Amino acid sequence: MPETIAFQEPKRSVLARRDAIVEDLADLLPPGCLISEKRGLVPFETDAFIAYRQVPLAVALPETTAQVAAVLKYCSRYGIPVVPRGAGTSLSGGAIPQADAVVIGLSKMSRILDIDLANRAAIVQAGVTNINISEAVSANGFFYAPDPSSQLACTIGGNIGMNSGGAHCLKYGVTTNNLLGVKLVLFDGTVIDLGGKALDAAGYDLLGLVCGSEGQLGIVTEATVRLIARPEGARPVLFGFPSSEEAGACVAEVIGSGIIPVAIEFMDKPAIAICEAFAQAGYPMDVEALLIVEVEGSEAEMEAMLASIIEIAGRHGVSTIRESQSATEAALIWKGRKSAFGATGRIADYICMDGTVPLSQLSHVLKRTGEIVAGYGLRVANVFHAGDGNMHPLILYNINDPEDAARAEAAGNDILRLCVDAGGCLTGEHGVGIEKRDLMLHQFSQIDLNQQMAVRAAFDPHWIMNPSKVFPLEGRPAA
Amino acid sequence: MQTNFTPEQLADPHVAESESILRKCVHCGFCTATCPTYVTLGNELDSPRGRIYLIKDMLENSRPADEEVVTHIDRCLSCLACVTTCPSGVDYMHLVDHARVHIEKTYRRPLKDRLARVVLAAVLPYPGRFRLALKAARLGRPLAGLMKRLPFLKTFGIMLDLAPARLAPGSAALMPGTHAATAPKRGRVALLTGCAQPVLRPEINAATVRLLTRLGVEVVLPAGEGCCGALVHHMGREEQALEAARRNVDVWTRAADEGGLDAIIITASGCGTTIKDYGHMLRLDPAYAEKAARVSALAKDVTEYLAGLDLPRREAMNRTVAYHSACSMQHGQKITLAPKILLKNAGFTVRDPAEGHLCCGSAGTYNILQPEISATLKARKVGNIEATRAEIIATGNIGCITQIATGTAIPILHTVELLDWAYGGVCPQELETAGMAQ
Repeated sequence: MPETIAFQEPKRSVLARRDAIVEDLADLLPPGCLISEKRGLVPFETDAFIAYRQVPLAVALPETTAQVAAVLKYCSRYGIPVVPRGAGTSLSGGAIPQADAVVIGLSKMSRILDIDLANRAAIVQAGVTNINISEAVSANGFFYAPDPSSQLACTIGGNIGMNSGGAHCLKYGVTTNNLLGVKLVLFDGTVIDLGGKALDAAGYDLLGLVCGSEGQLGIVTEATVRLIARPEGARPVLFGFPSSEEAGACVAEVIGSGIIPVAIEFMDKPAIAICEAFAQAGYPMDVEALLIVEVEGSEAEMEAMLASIIEIAGRHGVSTIRESQSATEAALIWKGRKSAFGATGRIADYICMDGTVPLSQLSHVLKRTGEIVAGYGLRVANVFHAGDGNMHPLILYNINDPEDAARAEAAGNDILRLCVDAGGCLTGEHGVGIEKRDLMLHQFSQIDLNQQMAVRAAFDPHWIMNPSKVFPLEGRPAA
Repeated sequence: MQTNFTPEQLADPHVAESESILRKCVHCGFCTATCPTYVTLGNELDSPRGRIYLIKDMLENSRPADEEVVTHIDRCLSCLACVTTCPSGVDYMHLVDHARVHIEKTYRRPLKDRLARVVLAAVLPYPGRFRLALKAARLGRPLAGLMKRLPFLKTFGIMLDLAPARLAPGSAALMPGTHAATAPKRGRVALLTGCAQPVLRPEINAATVRLLTRLGVEVVLPAGEGCCGALVHHMGREEQALEAARRNVDVWTRAADEGGLDAIIITASGCGTTIKDYGHMLRLDPAYAEKAARVSALAKDVTEYLAGLDLPRREAMNRTVAYHSACSMQHGQKITLAPKILLKNAGFTVRDPAEGHLCCGSAGTYNILQPEISATLKARKVGNIEATRAEIIATGNIGCITQIATGTAIPILHTVELLDWAYGGVCPQELETAGMAQ
């Protein structure tokens, strides 16, 4: 059995001062904003990566940037680790606490502060959910483009921490391509502003550095995001294939021919069954693989792009083509796709991988993924962003069976190594978190990691910010 | 997610059921987004996912409920928005039901809370007592402000505030009996009289009887029936709830056996959700399991039943209606389109308020027991409804009617009252007063 992922050794000095720390934090926060009783702490022991759990020392739910700063200042003074948390939807364990940590949850900071259509920008607090931004500007014909499948619940702060993607990122880019600025609280409570509503900021692109830094360079409390005008029309079309390999090859040829639809999503047969059970979207059940291709623009643009895609699909043995006929149907198609992970809970527990591979390798990696998982005696469902090669094999297992869980984890590690070896990377959008931390040496050399850690140390010299994540515990600079 | 129960614990069928519900949750967090209390308070402990975790921890450790757990379970509205949202199919309703029973059995509430709950459970389900209490409330109303400032009497002060100033005469409520169809007969149904609704708003069932009989449906109001038990069920008073359920099952079974029933019509969606759950509530009672399942299968919201009657399309009547979908209607019973289609076909222009999935804060006795959160939700709901600029509000639950009416000047009516009017019945008095009668 493989070794499980270790948390950083809790600091005894911090654990010993627990009661005093809780008392001090209570002075820094309004009533109702601190959780310190064991009962109330347990529900914060994990996020959506439920294979790992650790009850924190306390949970702070600040209401203002000043309160976030006060808590951070206090924690850095006493060397208390801090774990930021948005909606706790991370699939890589980015928000899983550690025993000596204070969780700083941004869930009470959920206001939209400014909508500036002339500059196509919105300023929002970090705890605003991804979809709330789009909903707030929808009547004006705008939206916020990155759309993680958990967009209903996940927060913009968490999106920035993980540089989240989503189905529509094929055309519009991921979080970093849609982020204009942040208000960032540094480890010692200093508050800085990076970027702004203008297109580019002077000097170093520190905003680019912060986006995707998994809460290790500071805590984002406000974000300025780019708004995009909604297209004239959008239409998801379902393409059914007799095999996953052919569907994968079709994706590579579509992209290779220079066509960029808004989204190309892939589901294999098990995934189709799971999503259909929840959404009743009318997915074809008799195919081995399904592509949801969304085109957008004017009617003529959509028609022209679809015609090219249909021609390519024909060369790859497409067996079913179905265009959505109404807005309701389109919404159901997306509802099913975006609920895929949660809906998997209907049949089994799962861990979700996030490797990304070059499109030329898609068919090969899909095939090998199936073989690897079968080799561990487990089942897999594939549902992912095919257009940018961002794979999400869901390894199905029984979490109540420790041996099953260990096999699932081992299979996941093998798949991620496969992605890296195929010229891809460990994570397309979920972040490294705790899940992929110990695989980082498969992706990077120690020299690479040392340089990354040097950057990290420039922001957080004492490693108090989300310290159990991203970098393997071994090979870290001595405290 | 992972669970940790011993075989001995799982021998209890209630624990076994909760375990299988917990196993489906994958902790994805989607439910937090549509939970009214999480959206209001921003604390995961006041979200479905947080509560599921609190319940799991309590049940796994076979621990009596404590203040921390009770605080957060009590704040749950049982609106079931999370059940609509949950992709994994977590049956939160039955999990929280189990938790409430566990709390009721193992936790001793402070005296003032116990007193308030005893009074609510002893008065609301009984129309006679409730009517008396409302009469007394009118006399006591001047004291409401003072009572709300005294911790021990706060809850009673809130009750006084909620009591309507005007009370329909006792004779207005329908008596048990049979109302014959006045058109060629095409169906026979029983109508739930209920407890609080006939006292607060007897017009609803009167309109239902008028409309149904005109449409050729014979309506039976069986003697002996009473409160559906929802109220005490949501307080965790399971024995009292099951007693109510058994009594009604007996009454309706007799009515069905005697003259045949196509449906048991319910005009309060809060009751409908519970009656449709009788089969589950009584599944462990060998004497009642089958009968209760039959009753649940017959139970239909009035709009659900009307949707099957193919009502003719009426000319547009130039009246805009904001349709407020009660949580028990849209989440509890998954009835979303039927009431709106009925209203549209009847000639109304129907508007959907924004954030329609969020609870108005009524939730049975919630507006009495959790007044602060309830008031915040009411203000949010009324804001969204008023933004539609509709002239009338329609909904299918007496709780919502009482709650929303205290927050807006727009007349609020039961959907069936508008349908009765549109299809040849009387114009509801509220609309006549507002000069909307045509």
